[in-house]
Amino acid sequence: MENFTTIQSLVGGLLIGLSASILILSSGKIAGISGIVAGLMQFKNTSKEHYIWRILFITGLVISSYLYSLLMPLPASEISASYSTLMIAGLLVGFGTRMGSGCTSGHGICGLSRLSLRSLIATMSFMLSGFIVTYVLVHVI
Amino acid sequence: MMKHMMKHMMTLIAGIIFGIGLILSGMTNPSKVIGFLDITGNWDPSLAFVMVGAILVGFFGFRKAEKTNTTLFCEPIHLPGKTHISKELIIGSLLFGAGWALAGFCPGPAIVALGAGYQEAITFVIAMLLGMLIHDNLYEKLKK
Repeated sequence: MENFTTIQSLVGGLLIGLSASILILSSGKIAGISGIVAGLMQFKNTSKEHYIWRILFITGLVISSYLYSLLMPLPASEISASYSTLMIAGLLVGFGTRMGSGCTSGHGICGLSRLSLRSLIATMSFMLSGFIVTYVLVHVI
Repeated sequence: MMKHMMKHMMTLIAGIIFGIGLILSGMTNPSKVIGFLDITGNWDPSLAFVMVGAILVGFFGFRKAEKTNTTLFCEPIHLPGKTHISKELIIGSLLFGAGWALAGFCPGPAIVALGAGYQEAITFVIAMLLGMLIHDNLYEKLKK
């Protein structure tokens, strides 16, 4: 019980929803991080507009830790996975989010906010495999 | 010109708010994420509230976007369809969930942790970029 962070998590969620709303209403873009990042590696699209908003949004994400640390102490990221596990995980996340057209932000937040059936199916799928893999890692191996 | 500056400013601010939201919520802490995914163990449900909070606000933002179909700067909004369910959607999402549980990172929090200087996050993000490139440039072409 002592590690539950209901209020912080809820407030953090409200901020994420606010950010996604600002982005859709100002730029008309979906705050789906995997799609934004992958778009930066598409070099056939030569329009400057394609890159600018992606670079700006990702820059915001990258500097957010520093800005947070100016306001309050930055909570630690406790990472227990080994480097080889991190590499396999990264490959799966990169490949899987492209194949499934989205991740926790694009499907789980933006899609569900729009009451999209497609995003609900995607969210249920990644939650399900997340539960199963965690069960195997924590309780079986 | 002014309009463009305003729009770009708002995009940068949106990125910052998104990142701060992820940090505050606990999403950038892999051990917390794994605690949330461990439903049969010592389950920590806190992160479910991230989705609740985000959808609570996002619902109204996206409802306005869908109603007007134009941005505050009078540009058209193109939103993806909501009903197309494919094999790729499900298999891709299953693979993503497996990777998410292995590391405790999904794309947004990994980029935020990279910004905080974690070597592990840098490794994860490089592998993630590689996975994306493999999908978009190899897999998609082999499929054709």
